[in-house]
Amino acid sequence: MKKPVNYSGRRKFLKNLSIFAVGSLALSGCGPVTMKEFLQKNFRTLSKKEKDDIIKDLEKKYTAKYGKEFHVTDEPAAGGVEFGYALDLSRCVGCRRCVYACVKENNQSRDPQIHYIQVLQMEKEKGIDFAHSDVHYNPELVPEEGYFYVPVQCQQCRNPQCTEVCPVKATWQEPDGIVVVDYNWCIGCRYCMAACPYGARHFNWGEPTIPADEINPETHYLGNRPRMKGVVEKCTFCIKRVRNGKYPACVEVCPVGARKFGNLLDPDSEIRYILANKRVLVLKQELNTQPRFYYFFGV
Amino acid sequence: MNFFRFVNGSFKIITKGSASYYAWVTFLILLTVWGGFGYANQLAHGLIITHMRDSVSWGFYIGNFTFLVGVAAASVMLVIPAYVYHWKPIKEIVIFGELLAICAVIMCLCFIVVDIGNPLRFWHMLPGIGILNFPSSLLSWDFFVLNSYFILNLIIVVYLLYCHFYKKEYKVSFVMPLVLLSIPLAIGIHTVTAFLFNALPGRPFWNSALLAPRFLASAFCSGPAILLILFQILRKITKFEIKDEAIWTIAELMVYAMFIYLFFTVAELFKEFYSGTENILYWKYLLFGIGENHEIVIYSWSSIIMGSIAFLLFLIPGTRKNFLTLNIGAVLIYGSVYIEKGIALIVPGFTPDTLGQIYVYTPSITEVRTAVMIFSSGFLLFTFLSKIAIAIVFEDYCIDDISTKKREEKVGKIPVAM
Repeated sequence: MKKPVNYSGRRKFLKNLSIFAVGSLALSGCGPVTMKEFLQKNFRTLSKKEKDDIIKDLEKKYTAKYGKEFHVTDEPAAGGVEFGYALDLSRCVGCRRCVYACVKENNQSRDPQIHYIQVLQMEKEKGIDFAHSDVHYNPELVPEEGYFYVPVQCQQCRNPQCTEVCPVKATWQEPDGIVVVDYNWCIGCRYCMAACPYGARHFNWGEPTIPADEINPETHYLGNRPRMKGVVEKCTFCIKRVRNGKYPACVEVCPVGARKFGNLLDPDSEIRYILANKRVLVLKQELNTQPRFYYFFGV
Repeated sequence: MNFFRFVNGSFKIITKGSASYYAWVTFLILLTVWGGFGYANQLAHGLIITHMRDSVSWGFYIGNFTFLVGVAAASVMLVIPAYVYHWKPIKEIVIFGELLAICAVIMCLCFIVVDIGNPLRFWHMLPGIGILNFPSSLLSWDFFVLNSYFILNLIIVVYLLYCHFYKKEYKVSFVMPLVLLSIPLAIGIHTVTAFLFNALPGRPFWNSALLAPRFLASAFCSGPAILLILFQILRKITKFEIKDEAIWTIAELMVYAMFIYLFFTVAELFKEFYSGTENILYWKYLLFGIGENHEIVIYSWSSIIMGSIAFLLFLIPGTRKNFLTLNIGAVLIYGSVYIEKGIALIVPGFTPDTLGQIYVYTPSITEVRTAVMIFSSGFLLFTFLSKIAIAIVFEDYCIDDISTKKREEKVGKIPVAM
């Protein structure tokens, strides 16, 4: 029989290797994440005090990072409000101003680039036909002859498939109808992106970058506060603005007035007028997502 | 205390072996390290260094996950024929099948961990300390059944080996119900994984009732293929006695599975191509490419061709009973199902994307390296576990070998492993 060799050297090496591996894994995965942040609970299970505490920390962190005074709110939904959106397909000229106003308002990453609004160019002869649409159209002047434009963003479905599939309840529908994401709870599995039939969810594939002079310091915890690498984000109808009685940025910037927004529960709102007097349609009606985002032909 | 000595004894087995054993282990460790540096890079920069993007938000990782769920499921389902046909080494088949299942499930969970954007937040899924969206999310179901399956198999295998190690008779009344429970659970893990994709009405490519049956049929091709080869190796190097007839029966069962899989696929293709709705686009992208984008066609056709050759090799009795052609067939069907699950299932589900745009996805080198890391460490684990099982089951390695007093009496007849 062979004399048992002394394995302690190899074993020690293996042990060191595993400590090194676990340590470096934890460090590189963590980055600047603090223990406190790591242990933070789901937003909906936090107490008022915990929320205030977290928000104060965030404001400090963002202010230091971007050199501007930051405000983060967690203003909840107001009672008696359910937001609805209508987009006039006969007016949209495909200028993409909404896309960039959205990026600016909502602090989307510039590189890698994230756009909440995808404007699809479609052939007039084919009607609404995604398979033949083009999101990368790039002529000198829009609109182009023979084409019309269908901007698509989160449809804020009444029956959202994205929130249902989330394994950790990191995304949900607020009482005013806005579907939000808790960026600190999202594990980044992207099941919601597979579930969304409108391509409305976007993932931070890399560390998001925003130039400090372009940052919007007025933010909402569930909306446009700066995000981190590895989480999903989406259109929230500009939650920070609309919960303060303002229009979403895309509505405000639209040069042709194709975008309408309002409270579906208010019988005198513009959105209710459109529903009552125009003929509206929703995208992919057959999927029974029941969007709060309507398309119509105003003229 | 007894259990600690069992673990200690097991550890002693894996550190001793022949030169070829060390070479194999070193090779796997080197591959793991090579892959590991790729993964470290991904951890540092984020998933941006994969080729996944918003359009194709799942790729090679989830494909591998799906494939390995199939392997895990099928390796235990092999217990059914062993039981029905009264193959002699049924206990051994159970042990090695479940060891493979354990390793496959661990690899599955690893593929999930490397795919998620925030692996450190994995604890959010743990019931009790985190929030598991059960029963609404199919992913939570999958997490649940995979873990149950893992724990169940672990209990069975450890119990059987433990009894062997202490030279005790195992209690049939304890093991049998667990083995019987593991069979429906094996079907369950693959069905739930299929439902994971199936549940998304926004992705017509997966939204077919045939998806789960096709999953099971393909798993019955790939899972036994590994065991078929493993059994032949075991037969050569240990006292493991499995008759040629049993191996041919496994091959025969695989032919049925392949035929059923083929039939389901033809049924699916008929429905899609004859009705010719716009949902045909996904199949077109997979099989022929759309416009300039043909990058994925090579994968789908290599899977089809490998699968067809394997089907013929297994179908014709002459080649099925020839061990050379049989093994070629086993490797081919394994490769075919691997490509089908790894690439051809996931990518067309996302291409064209929900808004009709085409983003061409093929795995990046980082994704390949990370997959290599997981596969080689999984194989390493399987090698270790098999070595322990071989020593205990076939070489009578037992408690006497590590209790020093008795060792002296036994010197000279310590078995030479592998």
